[in-house]
Amino acid sequence: MEKITRFSSCTVVIPTTDIDTDQIVPARFLTTTTRKGLGKALFADWRYDNAGNPRADFPLNSPGAAGCQILVAGHNFGCGSSREHAPWALLDYGIRAVISTGIADIFRSNSLKNGLVPVIIDTDTHRGLLGTPGAEIEVDIDACQITLPGGRQVAFPLDGFSRYCLMNGVDQLGYLLQQSEAISRFEENRPWKP
Amino acid sequence: MSAKSLFEKVWDEHVVVAETPDTPAVLYIDLHLTHEVTTPEAFNVLKSRGLKVRRPDLTLATLDHSTPTVPVRSLADLDVVAEPSAAAQIRVMIENCREAGIKLLGFDSDQRGIVHVIGPELGATQPGKTIVCGDSHTSTHGAFGALAFGIGTTEVGHVLATQCLLQRKPKTLAIDVAGRLPKGVTAKDIILAIIGRIGVGGGTGHVVEYRGESIAALDMEQRMTICNMSIEAGARAGMIAPDDVTIEYLAGRPMAPQGAAWDAAVKRWRGLPSDPGARFDKQVELRADSLAPMITFGTNPGMVVAIDAPVPQSSDASFRKSLAYMGVEAGKPMLGRPVDVVFIGSCTNSRLSDLRAAAAIFRGRKVPSTVRALVVPGSQSVKQQAEAEGLHEIFIAAGAQWREAGCSMCLGMNGDTVGRGEYCVSTSNRNFEGRQGIGARTVLASPLTAAASAVAGRIADPRDCISG
Ligand code: SF4
Repeated sequence: MEKITRFSSCTVVIPTTDIDTDQIVPARFLTTTTRKGLGKALFADWRYDNAGNPRADFPLNSPGAAGCQILVAGHNFGCGSSREHAPWALLDYGIRAVISTGIADIFRSNSLKNGLVPVIIDTDTHRGLLGTPGAEIEVDIDACQITLPGGRQVAFPLDGFSRYCLMNGVDQLGYLLQQSEAISRFEENRPWKP
Repeated sequence: MSAKSLFEKVWDEHVVVAETPDTPAVLYIDLHLTHEVTTPEAFNVLKSRGLKVRRPDLTLATLDHSTPTVPVRSLADLDVVAEPSAAAQIRVMIENCREAGIKLLGFDSDQRGIVHVIGPELGATQPGKTIVCGDSHTSTHGAFGALAFGIGTTEVGHVLATQCLLQRKPKTLAIDVAGRLPKGVTAKDIILAIIGRIGVGGGTGHVVEYRGESIAALDMEQRMTICNMSIEAGARAGMIAPDDVTIEYLAGRPMAPQGAAWDAAVKRWRGLPSDPGARFDKQVELRADSLAPMITFGTNPGMVVAIDAPVPQSSDASFRKSLAYMGVEAGKPMLGRPVDVVFIGSCTNSRLSDLRAAAAIFRGRKVPSTVRALVVPGSQSVKQQAEAEGLHEIFIAAGAQWREAGCSMCLGMNGDTVGRGEYCVSTSNRNFEGRQGIGARTVLASPLTAAASAVAGRIADPRDCISG
């Protein structure tokens, strides 16, 4: 995993609430056996029309959205399935952070393990961002805050361990493998065996 | 010792390394269920790092998601009936399991089926276990008093390599359901009503414990339907305390403990229910005796009403977008709307009791030619039991299709899909846009409501079909 401390980018806004993982990457794209190349499937059913052409009214297709790495989405982003294909598709497309007032548990956990930063903010700040697509934002993992265009800084929750892993490019499997002695001891000493 | 909840008891028993402010807990996993869609990349990671599967004996694999529901007797059949990418994914699964020594219930097994149907059916799902799977409906297994939750593919790799996960302790939510269910109203209607009440994000960050008279009165299959949809309220997991019903269900199942080990296990399970006075972070109460059959009208399971109630009004943009997608008008009930497809299946409602309930309505009735009805058993053993009872003959006589086990139209990955703009009354768990096929419109309901709608050709109230 790449190390991330902070980055700045413009935002692309999809204001819909409860965007589920079936929208982020529809099931028909899941018969893949690798994480690569899913960017083209991102929001496929919203992004393209029936003939497969980009829909002009979808935010990702607007000229100003090109190259924007921060997605601002409606409340409860990423609900539904556990498919890690959802953060893989966002990252493959070029999105590096998702900002919302609520992000679903499994999606959030999957994102953190892949270097996609889940940013949960208050309703007022969110409303402002929903209304200003293209706003230039800085996401600072070190300080656990975002900086808005006017310079205002807004904190977001990030537990110390996830922050450490993001900043140092540490993948969590490495950490778990270091616990193997404790795991063996647990397996030997537990009062019942599964 | 302070009073503990069911969740806390199971959690505490599985902590290998305690949580600190800087590090999450290392939590031991007793049962890892896998299927073909969410594992390939996990195995790739293990291989690229030269790692072995730590406990192949604690992982159980099946084929369900992209698996065809027409008969497949050999891998040669597969190439004929499945998309090349789906067939390739299934082959990769078979190969990965073979290499790692993981037991796979494949095409040659009469125990193959939807991952959340087979775990309980085989008795692998047990009270007090921690159970995970790369699938969000792992919450189903909580019906036994297990702590069961869905994980992503990276975490599947963690479990394969270490049999553990890094986890922060979730919060707890108690949902009390009082009163007895009226006739024609089922566990599916209870859980839809709960999601309607707390919303699709209402359980985020929490493990739910379902309690109360109505829950205790449900059989295990109905309890699984409830816990299955915990994730649709955003909850990490759903649990129900084990009791006589749980123990009776498990007795004699192939993977359940036997003899002295069984007695010891039962003794342990008896101690799992929440202690009186156990504290929960949140609490919600609901009455079952005033419930009607529930039906969804929008594009998430929280957009739900009683079958005879009007679709609510809202000026919210996402709400309106959802109604436009569904082609549904606010102010009018869903009852009576024509339907094109009916799907009875999925890990929510594909067990024997669900099929019996549907068959009771199909018996002696016909599905009109305007409706395509599909009945897909949750596992090959459910299929055999249903056939032994002659249920398949009732479905076929009514004009419904009777299939092999799999996820099928629940997520439309295996070729079973709903057409653009078509309405499908489905016993599955997600009415998301395009879930059952591009442009498909899904209406979630119980097996009773689905069967009643199939024979009526329009959304129908099952209470009108049930005598007595
Ligand atoms: S039946 Fe549907 S919800 Fe259940 S495991 Fe299969 S795809 Fe997932």
